[in-house]
This record gives sequence, C-alpha cells and structure tokens, in this order.
Amino acid sequence: MDKILEVKNLVTGYQGKNTFVKAVDGVSFDIDRGETVCIVGESGSGKSVTSMSIMRLIEYENGKIIDGDILFNGENIVEKNNYEMRKIRGSKISMIFQEPLTALNPVFTIGRQIVEAIRFHQSVKKKDAYKQAEELIQLVGISDPRTRLKQYPYELSGGMRQRVMIAIALASNPQLLIADEPTTALDVTIEAQILDLLRKLKKEKKMSIMLITHDIGVAAEMADKVIIMYAGKIMEVSSAEDFFENPIHPYSRGLLESVPKMTGERGVKLNSISGSIPSLSNVPSGCRFSPRCPFATEQCMNQEPVLENFKDRQVACWNIDNVLHDHVKNQKDTEVFQ
Amino acid sequence: MNPPLLKIENLKKYFVIKNGNSFVAANNKKVVKAIDDVSLEIFQGETLGLVGESGCGKSTLGKNILRLQEPTEGQVFFKDKDILKYNNRELRRLRKEMQIIYQDPFGSLNPRFTIGEIIGEMYEIHKTDREIDKLSEIKKMLELVGLDSEKYNSYPHELSGGQRQRVGIARALALNPDFVVADEPVSALDVSVQSQIINLLMDLKKDLGLTMLFIAHGLNVVRHISDRVGVMYLGRIVEISETDNIFDTPAHPYTAALLSTVPDVDVSLRKERIVFKGEVPSPANPPSGCHFRTRCPLATEKCQLEVPKMQEVRNGHYVSCHFPLGADQLLKDVVSNL
Repeated sequence: MDKILEVKNLVTGYQGKNTFVKAVDGVSFDIDRGETVCIVGESGSGKSVTSMSIMRLIEYENGKIIDGDILFNGENIVEKNNYEMRKIRGSKISMIFQEPLTALNPVFTIGRQIVEAIRFHQSVKKKDAYKQAEELIQLVGISDPRTRLKQYPYELSGGMRQRVMIAIALASNPQLLIADEPTTALDVTIEAQILDLLRKLKKEKKMSIMLITHDIGVAAEMADKVIIMYAGKIMEVSSAEDFFENPIHPYSRGLLESVPKMTGERGVKLNSISGSIPSLSNVPSGCRFSPRCPFATEQCMNQEPVLENFKDRQVACWNIDNVLHDHVKNQKDTEVFQ
Repeated sequence: MNPPLLKIENLKKYFVIKNGNSFVAANNKKVVKAIDDVSLEIFQGETLGLVGESGCGKSTLGKNILRLQEPTEGQVFFKDKDILKYNNRELRRLRKEMQIIYQDPFGSLNPRFTIGEIIGEMYEIHKTDREIDKLSEIKKMLELVGLDSEKYNSYPHELSGGQRQRVGIARALALNPDFVVADEPVSALDVSVQSQIINLLMDLKKDLGLTMLFIAHGLNVVRHISDRVGVMYLGRIVEISETDNIFDTPAHPYTAALLSTVPDVDVSLRKERIVFKGEVPSPANPPSGCHFRTRCPLATEKCQLEVPKMQEVRNGHYVSCHFPLGADQLLKDVVSNL
C-alpha cells in the first residue's frame, strides 16, 4: 500500500527561558492510504504536539519544529511556507479537536462556519455552498439540516457540536483526517455514536484517519495500527490485532493491564505502573520509562533504546527477550495456580 | 447482608431556572428535577457504584446525601437518624463521619496551604476530643495513602495529579469517617495513575471497613470496585443490583445498551454495539412516563403514559421498566424479534 504520510525523526518543542524543551523527540512513523492509526499516550507524551506539527499549527502555539521531515504524499510539509500550508490545511489534511465548543466560533451560525470552510477551498457561490453544507450535515447524521444551519453552537449539545466539527473537517474531502481526542469530552453513548460515524465516513470517503487518544479502549475499537508514545518518544508500533493480543513494551503492557476490564475477575488488585509521568524539562536519562519499568537494567538507565524492528512490529526496549520470557513464566504460574 | 448504614427515601432535589429575563413573571418558572424521587440503601461496608451519563444527577445525589446541597424533599437516614432534620451544630458533628473525595485534584486543594495544613485543618475544625499529636497523625495519614511524609511541607502545585488525589483522599479519611462519597475520584487522572488510585481505594476500604458511594462514568472502573451498582438516568435510578447482575444480566434496556457502548481493550470483542438513538433529553423538559422511552428500542404507548415503578425482577435486582429483560435475554435479540 502506498503511504500518505511519512514522519521521519520529528523533533518539536518549545523554547523555555533557558532551555529548549523537546515535547516530541525523534518520532518516526507512517500512515497508509485508508488506514486508521491510533496514537495512544498519557498527558505529556507528545501525541498532540505530533499532530499539531503535522498541521504546522505548532508555530502558532510558540512551538517549533527543529528537526525531521513530514512527507505528505511525498511532499515535505516542514519546508512549506505559510501560503502553501493554508492550501493543504483543511483541504487535504483536516483536523478535529477535543473541545467542540471552543473549536467553534460562538458568534456565527453553524451554517456560516461550514460555508466558510467550503468557500475557503473551493470557488463556489454562497447558495451552492449552503447546499453542500446541508448535505454535509446530513452526512454526519444531523437531521433537519435547514434549522440546524441557522443555529448557534451554544444551541447544540456536545455530540452535535462534534458532528458539526466533523462536517467542517470533511468540507473539502480531505485525504487525511487528524482527530485529536475527539470523544474525550463526550459521554460513552455519544462517544459510540461519533466513533461509528468516523468509521462509516472513513469507509465512504476512503480517507486515512490519525486518531489521538489516551483511551486504549478507543484504540481497540478503531485502530488498524497502534502507536504507543511516552514522554515524547515512540515505545511501540504494531498492528492492532498483534498489539492487543500481546503487547511487548513494558509500558504498553502496564498501560493495558492498568485498565479495569469489562469481563473477567473484579475487585482484584490492578497491575499498575508505579511512579508518575516525568516532566519533559527533566526527562530521565537512558530509556525514559526506565524509572518506572520493572525490567529496567543498568543499560536502560544509561543508554536510550532505539525503535527497532521486532517481528512484524517496532519496539524501543533493551530487554524484549526478558519481557517475553517473563510473560511465558507468568502464564505458567497462573496455570499451576489454577 | 449487613444492615444499611445509609437509607435514602424519596429524595428529591429540584432546581428552579429563571427564564433569563428577570421581568418575566415568577409563574413562568421552570423546574429541573435533578433528583426525582430516589430511594436506595447503602449497606455497612459496601461500595455502591453509581453510573450514568453527564447530567443524570449522580453528583447531585452525592452532594445531597451529605447535605452539601439541601434536598427539596425526602429523607436521608444515616445510622437510623434522619440527618435532614439536623441543625448546623449537629450537622458539623456529622461531617466527621461522612466525607467526600472530589474529582478535580487541582481545584479541590487550597493552593496557599501546604499539604500538612490541608490535612491538619480537619483536626482543627473538628476539634477532636482528646489531645492528639497532630503532626504524627498527619504523617500517618500521608503514609496511609502512599505519600512520602516529607511531602508535609509541599504545596499542591509541587505535586502531580495522582499525588494530589492522594492528598484529597487523606483529607477525607483523616477523621476516620464511616461513610465516604467518592465523586469521580479517578476521572481526571492518567490511566497509569488511575489504577494506582483504584488500588489504593480498594485497599483502604478493606483495611478501614469504609462504606463508599462511588460515583463515576467509567463503567469499567465502577465494575471493578463496586459491590453493588445503581444506574441513573435523568434524575431517577433505573436499575440497581449486585455488580455481576448489572454487568452480566442487565434488565433495563438502558443499562444493556450503555454496556454495549463501552470500548473494551479486547479486539476480538469488537462487538456489535447497540448505538443509541439521539441524546439525553434536557432535564428541564424530560419525556413523560418513562424518561428513557425516547431512546428506547422497546418503548410502547404504556411507557409514554405511565412512570414505571421499581420492581424486583430477581433476588435483590431492582429495575424500573415496564418490559424488563429476562435473565437470558439479550437486548439485541429482543430488538431483532420486534
């Protein structure tokens, strides 16, 4: 399959008073056409900064891309100037955000905001744009489009607003949709609706989706490929099936095990990861996860592991063999126990 | 089963919303029934989980039980005494026995107090009978919740989210209460930290024999920690039973559908969801009869006319629905047979 997006060794960060804080430190991955890639990480893992870098919006947040390439359809986005970027942003790559209320302008009607998005990238008459807007709004599952287009954001519920955001993002048939925590602010029932909608649209429009989430359950629902980030680095890249069957990196494992399951035994102690997420201005030496990792050795403390191919996936860990061995041992233990 | 520690009977909390225009006559007032005739019992030593979508009144219920808000009508019996009749002095004495843990560990700690002062304030306000060694007591509390006693002199901003939540828990438990309301205690935390706090709460419950009302919207978390679970919808409890009953054989269509929407980490379970039609109606203008009927696939005319009464379908399993699901019935089968 051909790649729609290739990120190579991306380094992005913010200039502090004295130091440059790298929020994303040497991240490489790619997205195939028609693929859904989920980037999973906790706060401060650099998942949002990665997406803001791809959109080149990071500059508007006082951030800076200091190294690396982002190839979109083979063209390097990092080298584009503002004018060229505006032609890509919102037309070939679109983005939806976590907070559907703050992402919409409260003083304009929904219709006006969708029409603005349409007319920015296509030269159509206002009337035709409104017709398109009506179709879009029906496409995202909002009934009675005529009335809805005349309403203001505050008149809509959270789920509706997110649908409007998706409609705006789809206005010019993007090839890549970046969704940054699109369902985090929503209830589970509405989350299910929005995820279903994204799945449906992906199939109909044949676009690629890059979904950023902290909820590993959402990734399990949606992803073809999973990317696990921690403190600005990628820890593991894997196909969703392989990953959820057997995650390899100790952090991935900890993350999966610390989520209470909907089936199986209740009330038992959860396998949690000790300690807390490091601050980006003071990342641990060696492997960033080493202070919290049960498998950490001296090598982990001193030398940073590189993301290397392991079978069908990529893992950044020095102790893969030990981790896998331990997994086998644990399984045996439980068998004996049972 | 243990005797009930807390018994709520026909509790109601109505909020009056003014029409925005203060010149409109008072008879134009609308009432939001945030808690609409809720009765339940919480038994000694159990954890009762309370789930529901945002706006269903679960937090309001927690606050009203503690009299942090004054209920409009009804009775709350704590250790067989109606605490709604208590005056301020009696209420203050009662606070020692009933405490609350808040969701937001950033907003619920005074930024100008040190951790020691925050917890120490409890002893000052409630002038505990005998002279106790406050300092050592506070340090003991810090250790109990897994914090370094060195943190005594730190300010909240120096701590991470998980550590702050531990302080919140230490404060709630400082006076050795019998009953604790935990209002979304892990929702604001990262996954890896969330599991630490869940483990801590379960340990504390076991060691201290706490009775807990655990309010959360994360169904997996509630399933893991609760002995019994109540499901709320638009101010009413629609189903309440032991945790396994709720999750394995839900009787209310709402519960069944709610469960199917939860994203789980098991990819093999990428299940057919029962996606709800529409969203939660506005509590200011709820549907007549059964509140859920507008989104319910099984609704009939009866649901529109009659408010369903709470009925016991199986042992200790109460549901308020005209057409509860049988123990071996799945909602999707019932729906497809319609």
